[in-house]
Amino acid sequence: MLVKSKPSLRHRFYLFEILTGLSITMKNFFFGRKVTIQFPEERRIYSSRFRGLHYIKAVNGVENCTACMLCPTVCPSECIHIEAGERADKEKYPVTFEIDILRCCYCGYCEEACPKDAIKLSAIYEMARLTRADGVLDKENLLVQRGKK
Amino acid sequence: MSGQDIFFYVFSALAVAFSLLVVLGKNPIYSALSLVMVFFCVAANFVLLQAQFIATIQVLVYAGAIMVLFIFVIMLLNADAQSADLGKRRPFQAIAAVLCVALFALFAWSVKNGTTSPERAGFTPEKVASLGGNTQVLSELMFSDYILPFELTSLLLLVGIAGSVAIAKRKLEGARAESPKEGQA
Amino acid sequence: MDRIELIWMGVKIGAVVFTMLSSVPVMVWVERRGSALMQNRLGPNRVGPLGILQAPVDVVKLLFKEDFIPAHVEKVIFVLAPAVLLIPAFMTFAVVPFAGDIAIDGKALHAQIADLDVGILYVLAISSLGVYGIIMAGWASNNKYSMIGSLRSSAQMISYELSLGLSVLGMIMMAESIHLRDIVAAQSGHIFGFLPRWGVFTQPIGFIVFLTASFAETNRLPFDLPEGESEIVAGYHTEYGAMKFALFFMAEYMNMLVASALISTLFFGGFQLLPGMGRLIDPTGALIAKFFTAGNPADWGRLALEAVSFSIKVGFFMWFFVWVRWTLPRFRYDQLMNLGWKVLFPLSLANLVVTAALMYLRVI
Repeated sequence: MLVKSKPSLRHRFYLFEILTGLSITMKNFFFGRKVTIQFPEERRIYSSRFRGLHYIKAVNGVENCTACMLCPTVCPSECIHIEAGERADKEKYPVTFEIDILRCCYCGYCEEACPKDAIKLSAIYEMARLTRADGVLDKENLLVQRGKK
Repeated sequence: MSGQDIFFYVFSALAVAFSLLVVLGKNPIYSALSLVMVFFCVAANFVLLQAQFIATIQVLVYAGAIMVLFIFVIMLLNADAQSADLGKRRPFQAIAAVLCVALFALFAWSVKNGTTSPERAGFTPEKVASLGGNTQVLSELMFSDYILPFELTSLLLLVGIAGSVAIAKRKLEGARAESPKEGQA
Repeated sequence: MDRIELIWMGVKIGAVVFTMLSSVPVMVWVERRGSALMQNRLGPNRVGPLGILQAPVDVVKLLFKEDFIPAHVEKVIFVLAPAVLLIPAFMTFAVVPFAGDIAIDGKALHAQIADLDVGILYVLAISSLGVYGIIMAGWASNNKYSMIGSLRSSAQMISYELSLGLSVLGMIMMAESIHLRDIVAAQSGHIFGFLPRWGVFTQPIGFIVFLTASFAETNRLPFDLPEGESEIVAGYHTEYGAMKFALFFMAEYMNMLVASALISTLFFGGFQLLPGMGRLIDPTGALIAKFFTAGNPADWGRLALEAVSFSIKVGFFMWFFVWVRWTLPRFRYDQLMNLGWKVLFPLSLANLVVTAALMYLRVI
């Protein structure tokens, strides 16, 4: 519905309204709370449910992962690549574990699917890399314990 | 040759060069811009004659306002090099050349034999300066001795404005009559 | 012209050109930080203290960028256009007086580059030429957005030039002179015993019209129709890059500077001392006398303080341009034309008539 209301004389005179506007901008200039986050020094605090860069949880230097392949199965963007192997104690383990973070959509299904609580999404959100090849995280990189979760 | 003479020759040469560009240029925009430069050079010559007021008005009115409108029109009509080539223009060129030569002869004759040169009318640069500068002298003359021609000129301009508004308005109404569905759209 | 006059001329031109050029990076910084703070952001604050070196760094970037000329443009005019826009902005400042007179060896020296016989008419004449730069840029770019931008801009500048000129006439009539120094001198003294006799108090309507028209003349918000990201990209400078774009940018700030200087000169007493600065003359003069002696030290003190108060006034209006830009939304094109022709133009004419009538009746 189109409602047409005639502005008051004060509005149409315009100058007082301009002065009001100018005083508002000036108030913000001096007293407004500045919302800028000074990035490298200050960081935005995200909620604890934020899904960032992956890592594989390790206990006593041994990864929890048993290479059950549930995470590459569930992964919608098919960015997880695992080759399974066998340890000396007959335990199954991932020989290679690669995640292409350029393909990853950070849905977190891998974390949900993991029965061993091994693959995790940390709170880290700086993903910039110099080359595409750097965007593929290998096992060594994934074993860096990034998270608080 | 004094500095003033050098400036005079430089600006005059530029004025002639640019006016040739106006006439001979293929692209109407270049012609119009050259004409602006001609006005500029003429204004500079006025300054050399201590007639700053005329120079300023030349720049303000001709270069600053009228030529802008010219360029506007040229741009909006999108007149390119082809449309300037009107075909049968030989006779016009001949007539124009004859008229120009006649006009030049008239100017030359009047400069040589005219009676209104500034020295003879008593307006030397020194005297003008002592009367309070040429803006003041000009305005006093314009609003006292020459008030009638001045007012007649402004009347003429007013008639011109009224005429152009009338023509534009008729066209506007004609356009409205041709598009009857405007109200519903 | 003797030696002192030549030196004085050199000093004046050097000071004015240096100030005009160096004001551009400073204003860019002020505009960016100011706009940020008004919008509750911080703005550039990394390069140098408070980010003040951001603008010089940007200048270096613009200077070293590739000077690219698109293939479809009209080359000669395309290259000329930025200069045509910038030069009038520089030329206009020649007649603006930035301090009072000073006497050395019995010669009165003016702190004004050229005391032309035509005074303010020169300013109007030269500033009306700036429109060519915009028209040339728009046409030479051979791009419909540029073309529309430049047409809008020139229509806007022509429309507001009328109100601009007419609003000045009131001040000219009250000063009974078109020389800017006389107009400044006519604003000395007080009215009602306490208000300075500045144009803003004696010609308030003229001031408002002039202020509004100068916003339109400088193509600044709320009248920045020649540019508009959502409709015509960057308007007349869409096709420009590197230093040629920077020249357009500089021209905008130069025009702002000239407009601010004119507003201060015509309506805020020009170089006249701000209230309360009179008692500083002698100490400043004594300070200057320590460095060199020529003429009367108190005169030098007055001159310095006058230049300072002129700079403060101009600086305020430069800030005002920024302030308004980040406060008001932009006008639509028809609103702009309506305001110019149906409000400001009749208003300035009425102001002229009323001023003339009051002067005839000897009320003012």
